[in-house]
Amino acid sequence: MRQMPRLSLDVPAIEVTDLRKQYGSVEALAGLSMSVGRGEVFGFLGPNGAGKTTTVKLLLGLARPTSGSGRVLDAPIGDLATRRKIGYLPELFRYQPWLKAREVLELHGRLIGLGSDRRRAEADAALGLVGLEDRADDVVGKFSKGMQQRLGLGVALLGEPALIILDEPTSALDPLGRVDVRSIVRTAAARGAAVFLNSHLLSEVEQVCDRVAIIDHGRVVASGPLDDVLGQSETQVRVTGLKPTDLPAIEPFGTPLLANDLLSIRPMGPDRVHELVALLVRMGVQVHEVRSGRGSLEQRFIELIARDRSMSGTPSAEKAVIQ
Amino acid sequence: MIAVARLTIGETARKRILWVLIGLALAAVALTAWGVTLLISAAQDAHASDLQIKLGVSQVLIFIAFQFGFVLAMTAAFLGSPAISADLESGIAQAMLARPLRRSSYLLGRWLGLSIVVVLYAALSGLLAIAAVSFVSGYLPPDPILPVVYLAGQALILLTFTIVLSTRLPPIAGGAIAVVAWGMAWLAGVLGHIGIAIGTTGLVGVRDLARILLPTDTLWQGVVFGLEPSVVINAIGQQQLAQGNPFFATEPPGIAYVAWAAVWVVLALILAIVLLRRREL
Repeated sequence: MRQMPRLSLDVPAIEVTDLRKQYGSVEALAGLSMSVGRGEVFGFLGPNGAGKTTTVKLLLGLARPTSGSGRVLDAPIGDLATRRKIGYLPELFRYQPWLKAREVLELHGRLIGLGSDRRRAEADAALGLVGLEDRADDVVGKFSKGMQQRLGLGVALLGEPALIILDEPTSALDPLGRVDVRSIVRTAAARGAAVFLNSHLLSEVEQVCDRVAIIDHGRVVASGPLDDVLGQSETQVRVTGLKPTDLPAIEPFGTPLLANDLLSIRPMGPDRVHELVALLVRMGVQVHEVRSGRGSLEQRFIELIARDRSMSGTPSAEKAVIQ
Repeated sequence: MIAVARLTIGETARKRILWVLIGLALAAVALTAWGVTLLISAAQDAHASDLQIKLGVSQVLIFIAFQFGFVLAMTAAFLGSPAISADLESGIAQAMLARPLRRSSYLLGRWLGLSIVVVLYAALSGLLAIAAVSFVSGYLPPDPILPVVYLAGQALILLTFTIVLSTRLPPIAGGAIAVVAWGMAWLAGVLGHIGIAIGTTGLVGVRDLARILLPTDTLWQGVVFGLEPSVVINAIGQQQLAQGNPFFATEPPGIAYVAWAAVWVVLALILAIVLLRRREL
């Protein structure tokens, strides 16, 4: 894999404030504010219709905000020249089906202003990054969906962009392809590029992102480093024979909460589980099951969306579709 | 813009549209030459005069030009109507416009590429047909380039019209509207001829209005005039009945109308750019 130069980390790659977008009577974005640093892999999550694609379109200048402001790579959002430094893999990855894979990359190389001497080399390098070097001279129309998505990823990586926006980058890939994408994303971030990752695969976001933002109804409901968003670690013990008066004895482990036969202690990681179980047994409590750790991003995501919707009065919070 | 124009020309070549058009043009030229040969042979058997033969051949050329004009209109409409809309529907355009590519450059590039294809097709087919007829009949229009230029201009106007529609309408709708509009503009021209023949200014007004809205009929008049032998125009041009014939023109289109046709293309492109720029992608 090629070594890529580090880029300046001084200015955020993306900074938007109170971004709003109205489509007729529909408010797609209702005051979105967020910041993405250079060299950061940023996960952008939300249910269907939350405003993720609208945000991406505004960042790329494909749509204009109704109000609010933002800067991308230290230029106003939508700035034409800045798009030279942005790589984009759309959710609907479609490229001219009558072109060969290398020609698609050369075309995009031309559009971002690569000289004719560099275009071919950059196209071949991108094909190598996404594992399509053997299919460089095949017509895109004959590619499988997975191969087309790989090509789209190559297009997004062309010319070492300072910001890479990936919209569902693994939706058509097999598990091996997903591993490749994680590696590519990490490599790009290591050279200083910011990666804005829009994915419905929460486990994937967990594995690769430094920070996440969860949006619903066009605004951020939670954001920050993954550890903060996921919340504190928790240990849950299913017990019989534990009385509320016994709880003070458990407080050295964390704050205990007893609901029916479920004892929850926060914050408490798995490292002291054996001590807790020993204490409970000494207290004459029967221990049936112990679970310890942090909630998954998926659990946290559903919790946050449910809480946001109950606060805003939107029904069917539990049915929020994860995207 | 140039990159998009080159891409568009490449697209017509890769999709074999260009080669099909060239093949059709050559077939049409061969059939025309064969048909004119048969016509001349029949006329000579009937002891027709040279003037009569010349008139007959020029009328055949005009009919062929009309048919070819229709084919060109269809070609322009069906090349132009998906030019923007299909790319937007598939997402191909969004991937390109996320690059430092202005929407105006993208649109003008698509227009330029297709214009080159359509004009080359018109020029190749038109000039070859005139050359073939000249070869078999000896009749060469006074200025053989002029009718081809008018024919290409007509196709260019329709192509521009379909590209305007393509910024907002799906491909099939845009193509259908463009062909119908072309047919109505031609029909308005016929009404204008009838109006002149029977002395009704209202019908002439309809034609003039149509020529402002979609100036294809203006250029059709140029095609007809350019294909006629000057001796025929001099002999029967001033007869009112001749002026009523939609396949006969006593004079070339007025300079103001031709200038308007050029301005119309520019204005239509500006409108297309505005419509595309205002569209949310």
